[in-house]
Amino acid sequence: MAPPLISVQDVTKVFRMGDVEVRALRGVSLDIEAGEFVAIRGPSGSGKSTLMNIVGCLDRPTTGRYLLDGKDVAPLDRDALARIRNRLLGFVFQSFNLLPRTSALENVELPLLYAGLPRAERHRRAARALERVGLADRLDHPPNRLSGGQQQRVAIARALVSEPKLILADEPTGNLDSRTSVEVLALFQELGRTGITIVLVTHEPDIATYVGRQIVVRDGHIASDRRQTPVRADPSSIPIEDVA
Amino acid sequence: MNGLETLRVAVRALLRNKLRSFLTTLGMIFGVGAVVATVAIGEGARSAVEQAFASMGTNLLVVLPGSANTGGARGGFGSQPTLTWEDLKAVRTEVPTVRYAVPYLRSSSQVLSEEQNWTTQVAGTEPDYFEIRSWPMALGTRFTDSDVDTGTKVVVLGATVAEKLFGPNSNPVGQTVRIRNIPFQVVAVAGRKGQTPTGQDSDDVVFIPRSTFQAKIQGGLGKFLQGTIFISATNASTAERQVADLLRDRHRIGGPSEDDFQIRNLAEVASAQEESSRTVTLFLAIVAAVSLLVGGIGIMNIMLVSVTERTREIGTRIAVGARGRDILRQFLGEAVVLSVAGGVLGITAGIVTARWLTAAFHWPVAFRWDVMILAVFFSGAVGVVFGLYPARKASRLDPIDALRYE
Repeated sequence: MAPPLISVQDVTKVFRMGDVEVRALRGVSLDIEAGEFVAIRGPSGSGKSTLMNIVGCLDRPTTGRYLLDGKDVAPLDRDALARIRNRLLGFVFQSFNLLPRTSALENVELPLLYAGLPRAERHRRAARALERVGLADRLDHPPNRLSGGQQQRVAIARALVSEPKLILADEPTGNLDSRTSVEVLALFQELGRTGITIVLVTHEPDIATYVGRQIVVRDGHIASDRRQTPVRADPSSIPIEDVA
Repeated sequence: MNGLETLRVAVRALLRNKLRSFLTTLGMIFGVGAVVATVAIGEGARSAVEQAFASMGTNLLVVLPGSANTGGARGGFGSQPTLTWEDLKAVRTEVPTVRYAVPYLRSSSQVLSEEQNWTTQVAGTEPDYFEIRSWPMALGTRFTDSDVDTGTKVVVLGATVAEKLFGPNSNPVGQTVRIRNIPFQVVAVAGRKGQTPTGQDSDDVVFIPRSTFQAKIQGGLGKFLQGTIFISATNASTAERQVADLLRDRHRIGGPSEDDFQIRNLAEVASAQEESSRTVTLFLAIVAAVSLLVGGIGIMNIMLVSVTERTREIGTRIAVGARGRDILRQFLGEAVVLSVAGGVLGITAGIVTARWLTAAFHWPVAFRWDVMILAVFFSGAVGVVFGLYPARKASRLDPIDALRYE
């Protein structure tokens, strides 16, 4: 059997803020198999973002091991980690983090630029990724001419474009209304069916109902970890809110 | 990412903020523009002076007669004839470094053609004068030594005088002009020389044999040479010393007594001019360095603001796989693009300014392409030097903090 895509083994993380030590993670162990759609849920300050940063190779554990796709990332230097983020991972952020005054297409191309792909290839793949998220007709729109939901879909296309094994989404619905949130979740569910592993960090319990596995983090520990039958995300079931 | 990609990313980023990018380059534009324009003007002036000196002839000495000292009132050089025709002969025969020595007598006089008149300088000299000044004839043949011996009434017209008396592009050779009511036959028109170092028209002159000048203009052959002596030497400074020694000896001037003549070495005047223009160039270089420094600081300032403002962008780029050196190159690229664009625009502005000055005030300008190429390279260097700190700052941002930055 293949090793789990993510294997977090007794990881702790301590931040030093002046004289105070903050223990964000106090021994977390967790395996996530390829193809899972997982939500990491917890109140703010629970350590879920720290866990996310370690899984995303943006931060390193203080103690413990983290194996990504069966390989320990501890001995890798900054450039090697950048390479892993570029090839293996895709990020989706709460506030989209798109480059302003830059077309959707160019925003989506960004990871491919750092992968060193030629221009024509970048264009082709970015256009296909935007098509996959339903924005084929918005290629040359800059972010300020797109709605919040469309912006988040551009960001998802950017995460998808390098065909990663894992997408990490940090509060992806935090800046969206409930109908658009469900739209985005429907997109994630669709992507999940194609075999991509998705880890979603959220503090909203109802968002976590749409995933197949819910991990609750509290005070730097895993408080619960259970598999569930996901609710099918159906945007049409949510009434359109009045936008004041 | 290769260099071209980096450049494209940098240009894209700069075009997102067009006005700011333009304002940032203004410092460089003004600095480089000022340098290019002032160098062009300085070079223009220098080459004009150089040309004027070259037109005077090379290794040229001018001997002026001394001053009349009456009762303590000193009249200044030329106020009294102290040079004699014998002196001239001695200079010719006894100083080995002298190639040519000719008298130059002059008087302001009206010259008349059939239809026109023109007041100009009438000069009495010998044919070698044209050798000393390397002054070819445009039309006709200059007068000869035998004309000098016999005192023929022939005249060589300067280009300006020929034009004033006979109209432009005319051929007055063979015509007659009257100087002090005496008819002179035009044998030649001298080629155009242009301005003297002091800005006078070299061509506003007519030449007649010095013997004719003595007889008809000065009225009588005397012992004294009532004018100056032009000398062309193989070595100007040696000749200057030797001629001075000879004349002091001949005039019996010993020890501390003041010379009753003066020798002007035009090579020295020219080199003094050169020296002063070199000083001006050095000064300009300092101004250029300061203005580029100021421009560079402006770029650094804006790049620092830009790095802070785009912290989230940098975080995003790092998250999707940019390495530290990709970020470093991008911001360094932006700084270099700004500074080189400023340099290139500055050169354009400088050329436009210099051309405008030429058009408006007839200032001579000469463009130094080497200075311009240097300016572009220097601009690039300024971009690298002043862009490095902001770029390093950007490349070392922690992605987690950068992504959360508000």
